[in-house]
Amino acid sequence: MDLFEYEAKELFAEYGVPVQAGKVAHTAEEARSIAAEFAAAGHPMVVVKAQVKTGGRGKAGGVKLAQNPDEAFEKASNILGMDIKGHTVHKVLIAEAYDIEQEYYLSFLVDRAGRQFMSICSVEGGVEIEEVAHTKPEAVARIGIDPLKGVDRAKAKEIVEAGRLPAPAVEGAVELATRLWAMFSDEDATLVEVNPMALTTDGRVAALDGKVSLDDNAAFRQDHERFADPTAADPIEARAKEKHLNYVKLEGAVGIIGNGAGLVMSTLDVVAYAGEEFGGVRPANFLDIGGGASAEVMANGLEIVLSDPSVKSVFVNVFGGITSCDAVANGIVSAIGLLAERGEPVDRPIVVRLDGNKAAEGRRILTEAAIPVVEQVATMDDAARRAAELASLAATGA
Amino acid sequence: MAIFLSSESKIIVQGITGSEGRKHGARMIAAGSKVVGGTNPRKAGQTVDLGGSSVPVFGTVSEAMAQTGADVSVVFVPEQGTKAAVIEAVDAAMPLVIVITEGIPVHDTAAFWAYASDKGNATRIVGPNCPGIASPGKSNAGIIPADITTQGRIGLVSKSGTLTYQMMYELRDIGFSTAVGIGGDPIIGTTHIDCLRAFQADDETDAIVMIGEIGGDAEERAAAFIEANVTKPVVAYVAGFTAPEGKTMGHAGAIISGSAGTAQAKKEALEKVGVKVGRTPSETAQLVRELMADS
Repeated sequence: MDLFEYEAKELFAEYGVPVQAGKVAHTAEEARSIAAEFAAAGHPMVVVKAQVKTGGRGKAGGVKLAQNPDEAFEKASNILGMDIKGHTVHKVLIAEAYDIEQEYYLSFLVDRAGRQFMSICSVEGGVEIEEVAHTKPEAVARIGIDPLKGVDRAKAKEIVEAGRLPAPAVEGAVELATRLWAMFSDEDATLVEVNPMALTTDGRVAALDGKVSLDDNAAFRQDHERFADPTAADPIEARAKEKHLNYVKLEGAVGIIGNGAGLVMSTLDVVAYAGEEFGGVRPANFLDIGGGASAEVMANGLEIVLSDPSVKSVFVNVFGGITSCDAVANGIVSAIGLLAERGEPVDRPIVVRLDGNKAAEGRRILTEAAIPVVEQVATMDDAARRAAELASLAATGA
Repeated sequence: MAIFLSSESKIIVQGITGSEGRKHGARMIAAGSKVVGGTNPRKAGQTVDLGGSSVPVFGTVSEAMAQTGADVSVVFVPEQGTKAAVIEAVDAAMPLVIVITEGIPVHDTAAFWAYASDKGNATRIVGPNCPGIASPGKSNAGIIPADITTQGRIGLVSKSGTLTYQMMYELRDIGFSTAVGIGGDPIIGTTHIDCLRAFQADDETDAIVMIGEIGGDAEERAAAFIEANVTKPVVAYVAGFTAPEGKTMGHAGAIISGSAGTAQAKKEALEKVGVKVGRTPSETAQLVRELMADS
């Protein structure tokens, strides 16, 4: 789960990582009154920052300085509703502006190749770190972190010195880094990025921005649900999640249901290849129903996939390893029955490919059920082609 | 000899009394594996029935090893307790630990991997979130279905379970020396490179199939390793060309971050070192078929 900047900063504050005072506004009017509170406390200058879960907000014009509450109102009106890389801005963070001496970069992340953690630190902050790594690689330090030892003050010092932070910033940065590590570790984060980490003109080091990704696998021991944002998620993805289905919405016309993450990813690719022949038909979603698909799981899956109006055909691609195909076939038959009972009869073609464990029985069950919308195809490649063709026919009204 | 397993491998199941442990313990025995016991500290001294075979339950891994001579452990312990289970096996100096459990926090995997490293990597860890290892005709440790393929001379290493099964099934007439499911998590024990090295050294393996997917740069590093160290023919498949940036596709590790971890980059890296990369699983199987016919 990725957090908004303001949520990341809430977590930072809980761990004693210095952040600017700030509040979230959903309207320009709210932005003005928050700025007025800051002004009354002696800090008239604020930053108005778009809250979207993507980078490049500054470049897109989603971060503006405001000298007073009226300006905060004006900037917030411009930013709210803005589209940044496909994300609509629904809220802005109004943060106290700091006088900045210099901007740095600091992050903790999973080092997949090293099978450990890693810190990236640089004296060059406030710009995208990939860019710095490209133009000034010597200015970007990558320091491995032993998961059993973590980051103590000595390690933090090693990190910030490797990042070539100047002497006046070292003490503050070491303090910030050790607290940030505690957050990374205790909250089961997979990424914590502070860019910029700033040295203020009065000598403090603070996190002026924050990007945090939390490990969904740690849900059993973390209270991360408090950060869940139902409004941001695609509505179909949100409903799939309620039904414990692993679904990702995509932009195409062929609905996909399969078992196993790798096979489903592969199914998307094979459909996209096959779709090239039909004017670029593409997969509409990723949906992994996992092992042992019951009729109910299949019904839920079909319902979710078909609730996407851009779906013109569905491809059910199952390889029975542990799952037996007769159970899957029964699942499909009952799912179609269940949906009809719910008053949502399946009105789009479903191409089914069953292979592996008990495939012959599964195919026989589907043949005997003789459901008009269900068509069986023997191989994955041919089935993908047929599903793409059917989607293309439906789209052209043929 | 195949890799990592032999017909003499003695397997215990950590979490043998749970439903997954019992189900797959029985399947492993049916596949001809020697499952000699299991652990559950609360049920030590009891036995479990695995499809008609009665198997002893021990309190600890070291006790199980002392009593049975086990040299492989397959871990089904749920995610809350997986880290402790793996550390226990490492402490007992279990030579091979296969972690089937999925949904383990990456901080836990990082910790048990670091723990094993501190102990000199005397324990080979496979997984987590993997289907295990199958050497048809010899031994099967994990959840890979035994009856979808035959013994042969292809070595397979894969991040994905169902794609492993698909490939084993498509090439069942040629057969496999060993298939290793290494898992799709961001941090895993045994890597593509470890398996490539072992297959290269294995005199029962003639060709290698490598299945990868989006996320990280394991395939790119494997390509560099192949160029420098692997003389046996390698055919690859990479899943996730249509995956959008920033979305996790089922496996915790299957995510494109910015421009890093794309299927296209992996395919190009592999092709650059002479590895043939199939566009679909079936096309990949066909490439293997042609290659085996030529040799």
